[in-house]
Amino acid sequence: MPDDLINSFMTGPDENGRFGDFGGRFVSETLMPLILSLEAEYEKAKTDESFWAEMDFLWKHYVGRPSPLYHAERLTEHLGGAKVYMKRDELNHTGAHKINNVLGQIILARRMGKTRIIAETGAGQHGVATATVCAKFGLKCVVYMGAHDVERQAPNVFRMRLLGAEVVPVTSGRGTLKDAMNDALRDWVTNVRDTFYCIGTVAGPHPYPAMVRDFQSIIGKETREQMQEAEGRLPDTLIAAIGGGSNAMGLFFPFLDDKEVKIIGVEAGGKGVNAKMEHCASLTGGRPGVLHGNRTYLLQDDDGQILEGYSISAGLDYPGIGPEHSWLHDIGRAEYVSITDKEALEAFQLCCALEGIIPALEPSHALAHVMKIAPELPKDHLIVMNMCGRGDKDIFAVAKHLGFDMNT
Amino acid sequence: MTRIDAKFAQLAAEGRKAFVAYVMAGDPDYDTSRDVVLGLPGAGVDIIELGLPFTDPMADGETIQLAGQRALASGQTLEKTLQIARELRAVDDTTPIVMMGYYNPIYSRGVERFLVEAREAGIDGLIVVDLPPEEDSELCLPAQAAGLNFIRLATPTTDDARLPKVLTNTSGFVYYVSITGITGAATAQAADVQPEVARIKAKTDLPVIVGFGIKTPEGAEQIAGIADGVVVGSAIVAEIGKGRPVADVLAFVKDLADGAHRA
Repeated sequence: MPDDLINSFMTGPDENGRFGDFGGRFVSETLMPLILSLEAEYEKAKTDESFWAEMDFLWKHYVGRPSPLYHAERLTEHLGGAKVYMKRDELNHTGAHKINNVLGQIILARRMGKTRIIAETGAGQHGVATATVCAKFGLKCVVYMGAHDVERQAPNVFRMRLLGAEVVPVTSGRGTLKDAMNDALRDWVTNVRDTFYCIGTVAGPHPYPAMVRDFQSIIGKETREQMQEAEGRLPDTLIAAIGGGSNAMGLFFPFLDDKEVKIIGVEAGGKGVNAKMEHCASLTGGRPGVLHGNRTYLLQDDDGQILEGYSISAGLDYPGIGPEHSWLHDIGRAEYVSITDKEALEAFQLCCALEGIIPALEPSHALAHVMKIAPELPKDHLIVMNMCGRGDKDIFAVAKHLGFDMNT
Repeated sequence: MTRIDAKFAQLAAEGRKAFVAYVMAGDPDYDTSRDVVLGLPGAGVDIIELGLPFTDPMADGETIQLAGQRALASGQTLEKTLQIARELRAVDDTTPIVMMGYYNPIYSRGVERFLVEAREAGIDGLIVVDLPPEEDSELCLPAQAAGLNFIRLATPTTDDARLPKVLTNTSGFVYYVSITGITGAATAQAADVQPEVARIKAKTDLPVIVGFGIKTPEGAEQIAGIADGVVVGSAIVAEIGKGRPVADVLAFVKDLADGAHRA
């Protein structure tokens, strides 16, 4: 790491929305004035105490923050090495970290006088969080979801409809999360006057990657304080799963300048990071390109056409990654690894059995990496893994993989 | 002076409006789309927009999305798209070709290498939808330095404060997007478009060409009447999508071109 060249890792992005060479504003002219006005509005809100007072109030009374920092005692004992803590963001209202960010964007949308909210969703967690907050504020909500995901995530589709959202199955392209994002952008470009696009991850054109990171940073800020209280010091290693990378960025960001804290992002290795692209590991198996408004590592072919990834976890099933992760990867401040479906499933089951926590498949990837490294580390080594979502939505997929017939 | 500049000088001298036709390279396959392209000048097309297929065309409606998918499924690449331009140049050295698409296939190729190859292939200008003025250093400035026109989109959301920024570093012509939305969706209304074209022309000497939402010879005539020309894309691509023979597609194009030229 070029320690002497960089004083702080927390000053990005620059005025052009760049983290090093990554990020930027690669959108059509129709959208450009919209993202400039969003940026201006966000810059105002950022330093406005009343904005954060409203956020804090709702985080506490509506979401249920702070989420606990939990010492996973039996898991620690089982692994026989480092002391493992879980940041329990699966206990949030709606069952995942997604609502931290949605709340911020919807409050911003209200300040901008927008009355119609659109969102993309993969597994449905961001869609459910958006539908939830829109219901709370009486805003019209339209969620774009790949037709394939609509089919395999029926419970979340029903939840969104109960919450009053319109769920639009996306059949364009191959009907996946990236196509849902394309269709959301097409909606936005058509309904520019009244519509706010609530992006679910730290990707998209500037200011989204920075804004979503800032809203999710509550995870890392709480973790710092809670770890001080529990152990009187900072953790040694942070571990989080990455699709687009919002839960990871939220945990990592407040620690970027604590160079003694090791930071590890875990990508979805699917069936193994191979030439057939049966994975979603953009950093491990992709190269830089431009998609959805930003430059970042992407799964793509030799001609710059975007490839579909594969993962057992619908929430990690995205061919890109937030641009700040690409930068942290290139400068070496964070390490990125991949975990296969099989390893994630093993971690999923172990967590259920040892801790009485049914994790989502996304954090199961992070947990699987904890299982890999913890046994080799000393007992006073403190690991925090982000338990960013609960697994209720995944029990059907897991049952199928374990050969359990849910109908009997 | 590029072929585009020369074409507009000629049209101005003749007092005619420009008719610009968009087709997707490789749709539904290489040979068919090459035959269409080679036939466009004879059908009255003044400037050809050659679509470069991309998996994620976020500014395009269903018609052009499907065309891109057909092209990619048939094996179309950036190299084969340049090859179509070369084939036209072998028989026609005056009709301008504008390559239109998204940045990633070009970025993936490498900007420098792409610009050399595009010029060699006889491409005259570029329209890259996801490169606003804020990203000019990526491709716009290198393209102009390499002698290609970089044609920018102006839209209904481009207000007076922003317009100068959009016009800076634009060359060849200005492409006014007549609707907020995606290609092939709403229909352009002359009454809405006229003041917008006037607003842009007050700030630039470049020709202003209107596209998005023009579907019929009558529409082409009306909109061309209030601008320097029109672009038709989705309507032509839809004919190709129906599997119509090349001669029928070209007859359809000729009706549109005649409409625009009546203005």
